[in-house]
Amino acid sequence: MNKFKFLPVETNIGFMKYAKLAVALSAAACIAAVILFFTAGLNFGIDFKGGTLIEIRTQEKADIGALRSKISALKLGDVELQSFGSDRDVLIRIETQKGGEKKQRVAVEKIQAALGDTVEYRRTEVVGPKVSGELAQEGTIAVIVAILAVMVYIWFRFEWQFAIGAVLSLSHDVLLTIGIFSILQIGFGLPIIAAILTIVGYSLNDTVVVYDRVRENLRKYKKKELPDIIDMSLNQMLRRTILTSVSTLLALISLYVFGGEVLRGFTFTMIWGVIVGTYSSIFIAAPLLLLTGARISEPVKTEGEAEEIV
Amino acid sequence: MFQLSKWKTIPILLTILFGVVFSSPNLVPKDFRQAYFPEMLKPLVKGLDLQGGTHVVLEVDGKKFKSELLKQLVGDIRHTFRNVVKVRYTGLGIKPGSIVSVNLKDIIDVEKVLPELRKLTIDNSGAGFGGLGQSMGFGGPGANLYDMTVEDNNISFSFVEAGLNAKIGSAIKAIVKILGDRINSLGTTEPTIQRQGVDRILVQVPGLQNSQRLISILGQTAKLKFQLACDSQPTGPDQRPPLDCEAWPRKENPAQMMWVQTSRKAVVSGENLTDSQPGFDQRNGEPIVTFRFNTKGGVEFGDLTRKNVGRQFAIVLDGEVMSAPVIQTAILGGSGQISGSFTVPEANDLALVLRSGALPAELTIVEQRSVGPSLGADSVSAGLMASIIGLIAILVFMLFSYRLFGIFANIALLANLFLLIGVLSALGATLTLPGIAGIVLTMGMAVDSNVLVFERIREESRAGRGPLNSIETGFQRALATILDANITTFIAAVVLFGLGSGPIKGFAVTLGLGILTTVFTAFTFNRLIVAFWVARRRPKTVPL
Repeated sequence: MNKFKFLPVETNIGFMKYAKLAVALSAAACIAAVILFFTAGLNFGIDFKGGTLIEIRTQEKADIGALRSKISALKLGDVELQSFGSDRDVLIRIETQKGGEKKQRVAVEKIQAALGDTVEYRRTEVVGPKVSGELAQEGTIAVIVAILAVMVYIWFRFEWQFAIGAVLSLSHDVLLTIGIFSILQIGFGLPIIAAILTIVGYSLNDTVVVYDRVRENLRKYKKKELPDIIDMSLNQMLRRTILTSVSTLLALISLYVFGGEVLRGFTFTMIWGVIVGTYSSIFIAAPLLLLTGARISEPVKTEGEAEEIV
Repeated sequence: MFQLSKWKTIPILLTILFGVVFSSPNLVPKDFRQAYFPEMLKPLVKGLDLQGGTHVVLEVDGKKFKSELLKQLVGDIRHTFRNVVKVRYTGLGIKPGSIVSVNLKDIIDVEKVLPELRKLTIDNSGAGFGGLGQSMGFGGPGANLYDMTVEDNNISFSFVEAGLNAKIGSAIKAIVKILGDRINSLGTTEPTIQRQGVDRILVQVPGLQNSQRLISILGQTAKLKFQLACDSQPTGPDQRPPLDCEAWPRKENPAQMMWVQTSRKAVVSGENLTDSQPGFDQRNGEPIVTFRFNTKGGVEFGDLTRKNVGRQFAIVLDGEVMSAPVIQTAILGGSGQISGSFTVPEANDLALVLRSGALPAELTIVEQRSVGPSLGADSVSAGLMASIIGLIAILVFMLFSYRLFGIFANIALLANLFLLIGVLSALGATLTLPGIAGIVLTMGMAVDSNVLVFERIREESRAGRGPLNSIETGFQRALATILDANITTFIAAVVLFGLGSGPIKGFAVTLGLGILTTVFTAFTFNRLIVAFWVARRRPKTVPL
């Protein structure tokens, strides 16, 4: 009837054959991410490092070299200039000025005096050392709290083996995100923390759906081996996984392309997170059930499965 | 049966209708809305990042606040010992750890001074700003501000935590009011000024072009004092002022200090002003600021000038000598002027802050974020563009993936979107750029609930169930999964809400509410659509 099907209806892919390889690769990638984090490090934005960010728009194509020398002459320490979106928009970042909160404001006034009235000041952000320290702390705590909270939730809804699998695959997603930020040196600020938290939610969403099916199949097919159960569950959910990931990616790509420069870091993180999260729920979260040895301790009868006949 | 009864159908449809009605103000032009829409239907409020504006976080300088209080306590103790109980003492001063300590020469005097000193441990700031503290329920005037310890002939004072916090609290209440006055005199609309945490104040002013001016007005303590000059003046840098004198830099040359007297008889505080206006000096046309004392201040100022004709005094503003004229005649009219080589805007702003009164504590700006109106407008159009294209892409994708059921999913998605925007509008939520991202993301993820149901129906159908049975079982089984899957993202949104400020909070709100509306539509409206189709068509197979 329905001839237009660009996804196969029934698949039978032996995911678990590749599980060892995938877990090994991911473990290596995670270690690399940690090493990169400690060597290359993250390019912290002013949210976490403190400092001043000014976005300006010039009347004609911006001469970044000339702007740089104008601002360097003010001797404000570390100064970064980059083109931002169009060739008329420039982002200026200066480090936290020594001598307290008042000096930050003086620096902004100096820059505005040096650049004059011909440029348009589109955005000015000053984050003092005190607030940036707090934001960094709160951001880290938020990510950890989110991971712990969902772990507790999974633990209540499933067995502990599932909780461990879910949290390890989540940590994998977060680590790889930090890894890509260390490699690409994209500015790491509060919106990125928001994106990471959303990834935590999204990636878990995927994992939970797969685990849900694994649990159901464990109850249904008591005789089957665990790897076969997992493979079967993954294949049953594959269409759903792909459809949902694609529709989420469509939304995100639209945001990335049309949503403006301000959101770009955030949407990039989310796109990366959806891809990594989809991969990890199939190749990390599921195989981890083999390691922890998931099984159903008591075959609890829940609604829907009550009169199940196999 | 899969059919939904009327008493279930009607509330579901009414809820969706609510969404459409409440989101409609966002879809029509402003003029049309104002002409035809009731007051209750409002569009989403745009956040500072979308309409342009300034967000400033100010913090009370706690160290300075404490040291000012201690200085005042030292002065009060000195006054008590010299004028009230008349005892001899040594070593009166502030010790490390915010302690005021004094030794009486004669141990017999201890009993004599204690009743008087005990009065000083109580917060007696009945007049002025302290009065605001009463509404705090505890602390404020009458509360215990210091602990007094007596050991032999030594008496020491330390802060009582609760009393100090109440004192800071009442200072912040006063500051919020003063800052409100200052911002209002800039002529801006709808500023938000609120206390944040223990010692911070958040100020949000939408649509202001000149953020630097706002910040300089907010940050200024505006503490004005008139102090007689000391007999001796420094002859070189880094000299210590004599007893009962303090040194302030001169405005026109900060390297040059001026010594001024600190005794009560030589100082008139500028707290007692009733008005202040910018003006021009009649002699040389320079911008000046004129001021008018209230009766009490006028009398004090009159006394000071009458007794000291021919002597120099200093007009000190926030620890800087603006000018230091010589008193020609007694100034009894209760008004005066400040000159200090101001520019016109400087004089305007100074008059403005003097009118609103001095802040009871010094503030530092710990965070500032300003967005210009042009960036805000760009963000709105970019966000709108991304939403529309994202929506179309998802609608087309679902149609291609599921055809007939894709249409069902798309109707449900649109209903979900109306519901989300309707709820946000009804709650008066603020829409930020990340908030728009949250809505677009919700569209992408909301599809999941339909995908889960449709895939389940397809599986049940392939397992050999009849169409009606497959649909019913599919819905039943998928709903548990939908709930499980969405709760995790909801947890993340809640954590994010706790973390976030401003724009990020906007994202958390749209994401969290988006999950709620998605789950709601998944359980109700999606089912209703399929039920309607089943009832009309009585399908023999499921086209999935």
